Amino acid sequence: MSTAARSATLRDAIGLGAAVGLYGVAFGAAADAAGLDVWQAMVLSALMFTGASQFALVGVLGAGGSAAAAVGSALLLGTRNTVYGVRLAPLLSPRGLLRRAATAHWVIDETTAMAVSAPDRQLGRLAFWATGATIYLGWNLMTLVGALGAAALGGAARAALDAVVPAAFLALLWPRLRKGFPEAQVQRRVALGGAVVALVLTPFVPSGVQVIAAVVAVALAGRPRPKAEEGA
Amino acid sequence: MSGTTLWAAVLVASVGCYLLKLAGLSVPAAWVEQPWVARVVDFVPAALLAALVAVQAVTSGHDLVLDGRLVGLAVAALALALRAPFIVVLLLAGAAGALVHVLTG
Repeated sequence: MSTAARSATLRDAIGLGAAVGLYGVAFGAAADAAGLDVWQAMVLSALMFTGASQFALVGVLGAGGSAAAAVGSALLLGTRNTVYGVRLAPLLSPRGLLRRAATAHWVIDETTAMAVSAPDRQLGRLAFWATGATIYLGWNLMTLVGALGAAALGGAARAALDAVVPAAFLALLWPRLRKGFPEAQVQRRVALGGAVVALVLTPFVPSGVQVIAAVVAVALAGRPRPKAEEGA
Repeated sequence: MSGTTLWAAVLVASVGCYLLKLAGLSVPAAWVEQPWVARVVDFVPAALLAALVAVQAVTSGHDLVLDGRLVGLAVAALALALRAPFIVVLLLAGAAGALVHVLTG
């Protein structure tokens, strides 16, 4: 592999890591708002290390949901990493249990996107490890900054933080609804359905359960097409 | 919720999410690559994230509550539509929420 291609891959990985690190601040702040302490926020970023699931866990807990509902939401959102793993396995072909166990920890949206879009297999591996390392570092560091920062706030700043949490979820959702994402129209329909189901159920079910129940909206996506489009 | 329950949720969910990742690298691809599995997995994030947006923006416990959070969300949507960077989106949403809080006391 050429030096130019290598450095381009590294540059992209580091740029992405820095950008994703900013989400880490928001996560640390959201965790604090939900009543988690700094250690719990840090353990989530270090061990769970998959943004949407982490946000879902603290989001449901923050809304007064049970531990079971919070864990359920996090796991449902975590299922897409299983599919990423299947896609990455032939590319990374981690040999042995230990290597596979280490590789698995960094199987997330960003590392998968970077690895599968690399021009060849060697660069794909480099992209996976470089993106994983940068994001892992930035995400954990920024979680700490966010959690400590939010813990020091009060009054109007709390109201600001309350408004930041739904905005952060919207920012996670947004790219899926945008033109250019595979089947963006269908994604929008499912998203609208999920929001409606959750709101309608809110008065009647224990807090947090309405979020899990919203997966029924996936039915709005309809049957798989005979020749499925390639998703990101 | 007690500290122990909170820690249990944090640890169980973390281990569970890790095992989901590990499963992807370990199971035969054919299990996961069935069309309907791919279909469900492709659309679960949209349904769940939208539900979380709605619940976080306009509910409190079992009630619908309209306050600065919804204003913040509207501002965030506008900023996202204008392709503002993530941090700008969050700052604007937070500022809108704080402003409503100050104005409405």
